[in-house]
Amino acid sequence: MKKAYTAPYIERNSAGNLNKYAHTTVVRHQDNIDGISIKSLVAEHGTPLFVFSERQIRRSYRRLQDTIRIHYPLAEITWSYKTNYLGAICNIFHQEGASAEVVSGMEYEMARRNGIPGEKIYFNGPSKRYSDLQRAVSEGAMIHIDHLEEMYLLEKIADELSLKPKVAIRLNMDTGIVPLWTRFGFNYENGEAYRTVQRLVSGGKLLLSGLHTHIGTFILDPNAYYLAASKMLAFAQTIKENFSIVVDYIDLGGGFASSNTLIDQYTPGELVSPSFEQYAEAIGTAFNASFFVKEHHPRLILETGRVLVDDAGYLIASVLGKKNLPTGERAVILDAGVNINITAWWYKQRVMPTKPFPGSYQNTAFYGPLCMNIDVIRSAMPFPDLYYGDTVLITPVGAYNVTQWMQFIEYRPNVCLITETGKVEVIREKEDITDMTAREYIPEHLRQI
Amino acid sequence: MNTDQLMTLAVNKNGFIFDPENGISYTVNETGLFILQQMQKGQQEQEIIASLCEEYEVLPDQVRSDLEHYCAMLKSLNLVED
Repeated sequence: MKKAYTAPYIERNSAGNLNKYAHTTVVRHQDNIDGISIKSLVAEHGTPLFVFSERQIRRSYRRLQDTIRIHYPLAEITWSYKTNYLGAICNIFHQEGASAEVVSGMEYEMARRNGIPGEKIYFNGPSKRYSDLQRAVSEGAMIHIDHLEEMYLLEKIADELSLKPKVAIRLNMDTGIVPLWTRFGFNYENGEAYRTVQRLVSGGKLLLSGLHTHIGTFILDPNAYYLAASKMLAFAQTIKENFSIVVDYIDLGGGFASSNTLIDQYTPGELVSPSFEQYAEAIGTAFNASFFVKEHHPRLILETGRVLVDDAGYLIASVLGKKNLPTGERAVILDAGVNINITAWWYKQRVMPTKPFPGSYQNTAFYGPLCMNIDVIRSAMPFPDLYYGDTVLITPVGAYNVTQWMQFIEYRPNVCLITETGKVEVIREKEDITDMTAREYIPEHLRQI
Repeated sequence: MNTDQLMTLAVNKNGFIFDPENGISYTVNETGLFILQQMQKGQQEQEIIASLCEEYEVLPDQVRSDLEHYCAMLKSLNLVED
């Protein structure tokens, strides 16, 4: 009988390369998601295939809510639609009790379609159109004002509808991190936010109910939230003292980091991303030290989507081919690229074999199916040898991919959810030519070729 | 391909390779060792592919790409020359 074959490999021996971060370089395989074998998922639904774990989503939500409430009991989580607005995913969060945080008229419609009443919607974003605002005001949504034109529009709508819209002012501020996000809302330090409140109050047509900030994204320093919360609570106190208005809630936006590793980050994400406890402690410390909180007990709102769903999302891809690069690295071409996994541009995602492999590893780069040089899923990493038809598992991919994915060169694939009872449900069907052409019109003179 | 350098290597049956000229050592896996041994016998690419297919459960097309890659690794380690 012939021997089992593994690809040949040679490695120069060297001593003394200690691994100071204790991060394993052994490539581990994963052959199932929540107990459902990847082989059976692929046989049923093909590749590429997005898979979400309902169990992991619910567990993350409950853990975050429990952790933050230990430090501040009036904390609430609102589901950030832009992170993942597949109806099934949103409804898991809504079943857990999350309200909806939307940033456009489209997302507002999605939240309403999911059965969320207007008064449970926080309407953020810099581009709320007149018709969007009309609907949101008439349905009692909380509107977070991003710029003065928006405030002016809201005042007109308040007159038209004879309603007093509930609004919050969006603040930007220095929280000691870079980059400083200054494009959303009004600046705290230079007094712009104060002047905006002054303008709002003098208009007399809007009900100032909250303060909102979105200090950044993938924030690895929990102290930034301590500073943001402290400044917002100080501002709430100022508003109370100067305008006799007590805001009902402080919304600290999103930005908690998932276990992903940023492209330019040296240490792996699972080791450096702060825990829920670290974020909660930073925020809770600011709240519990605040005089405004002692007197008025405002609600604390968090919109942190990525940390709740990123790790619960997986992408299964098949190997279409492999080649040798002039650098000596092995290249593998997958059927999933940045067209559906856009966050591969931001993160060094984990790519894992889906079965145990004998033999040693070679530095392997992973490319997608696009005819574009930028279609890189993962720069070279040690990986066992792969052949046509083998599958790999890419994770975490649960945040921002099934919203930002592109209809480019390839159809978008099936998306499945593994339910808590272990059932596999398709929550978005793969596309076909009708999805591409349904809204296209070819003028009469171009129909004959 | 010039394989003169390979002839000077001390090759252990467990895959430990020692280069007495510069003191550098290498580790190869079983297939890598098999190919090195064929090269030391003076076999050329086609013969090595045939030997591999005879010894291992593998098809020539699969082996060809792997052998190219392996040779690229040997070149980058200065163990063979063009």
